[in-house]
Amino acid sequence: MALHFELVSPEKLVFSGEVEQVDVPGAEGDFGVLAGHAPMVATLRPGILTVKAAGGEQKIVVLGGFAEVSSEGLTVLADLAESVDAIDRAVIAQRMSELEKRIAAMQAGSELDKLITRLDHYKTVDRHLTGTAMH
Amino acid sequence: MASLKDMRVRIAATKATQKITKAMQMVAASKLRRAQAAAEAARPYAERMGKVLGSIAAAVAGSDAAPKLLAGTGGDKVHLLVVCTAERGLCGPFNSSIVRLAREKANALTAEGKEVKILCVGRKGAEQLRRLYGKLIIETVELRGVKQIGFEHADMIAKKIVALFEQGAFDVCTLFFSRFKSVIAQIPTAQQIIPPVFESPSHPSPASGGGLGRGSYEYEPEEEEILAELLPRNLSVQVFRALLENAASEQGARMSAMDNATRNAGEMIRKQTLTYNRTRQAMITKELIEIISGAEAL
Repeated sequence: MALHFELVSPEKLVFSGEVEQVDVPGAEGDFGVLAGHAPMVATLRPGILTVKAAGGEQKIVVLGGFAEVSSEGLTVLADLAESVDAIDRAVIAQRMSELEKRIAAMQAGSELDKLITRLDHYKTVDRHLTGTAMH
Repeated sequence: MASLKDMRVRIAATKATQKITKAMQMVAASKLRRAQAAAEAARPYAERMGKVLGSIAAAVAGSDAAPKLLAGTGGDKVHLLVVCTAERGLCGPFNSSIVRLAREKANALTAEGKEVKILCVGRKGAEQLRRLYGKLIIETVELRGVKQIGFEHADMIAKKIVALFEQGAFDVCTLFFSRFKSVIAQIPTAQQIIPPVFESPSHPSPASGGGLGRGSYEYEPEEEEILAELLPRNLSVQVFRALLENAASEQGARMSAMDNATRNAGEMIRKQTLTYNRTRQAMITKELIEIISGAEAL
């Protein structure tokens, strides 16, 4: 049974089609979605989304957003979605430096903790990209 | 009667105007292609977002936990009209058709005894509305010098709307923009965004999920947390979409307006040249008659 998967960013429809499995970077941990998954809504953290289809695997960088699983399939609304090969590293670097600046200017509190976690996610993505680039 | 020289100047002036309108038409045509692609690319996201939110809304409907951005404040005394127009004119009825729609709505609401507040996006709409509703305009956002509308512009406007909502400045918010249908058809549209109205009132997806009832969504993290993030985001997306649709519509409207203007200028040049040639011929004939009759008199 195939899972209908749609990945959209504000700029474009990135992916739409039948796949076997999608691994989504959820805000509270990664989760895999197969066909017939229970309906759920989750927020995403900046991370790497893996699409497994008959033709192989595809890795896509997503920077935050939402995932919705319903009987119709999985819909991911990403703030930014770009395949690992095509992503502009400068965008991530810029977001990271913006976050760093905001963290430097912040008072201690839950808001600061959130920003620091966010920065960590970006760093993980960045490290992953550096890793694949060296292959 | 105008002298021949005056007429020549007139024709030259009309030709110069025609060149300008022709150039504007071509510029609009090339901008239109980009704007149209952007507007069409943004549609799936806005539609999916509406769909996702629609099914969540159906799931939480009726519960007290529904946040105000989703369920509304309960009242509808104060209406905020967000009127999105262009920064520039010379685009046919584009700006005035949006303003007219907003004006009709404002008049209808005032007649019902509701309070109306207006937030203008774009200089042209603000100028037209200021005359009639100067006191009702609470803010004007100008997007001058913005070449390509980005998500951050929409985000900024949406944040303003949310801030106003949280201050309790209004109960219902309606967005006015022009939906791009084709180059010759742009449809001025009013879309209620707070509380959001979903296209299909009986959304089937959560209920039809293998016999599971409504409210069967699992949330990760908590429902409130997700909705607190999803709802402002939905606003930004809807505003973003409205701005992009508007940008495409504006170029489309300008293109057909300038096409008309170019054709009219061509028609005017034809008429003026005809009059010019007739007058010139008449003068030559008159001079000839004078010479001949002068020669005969000798």
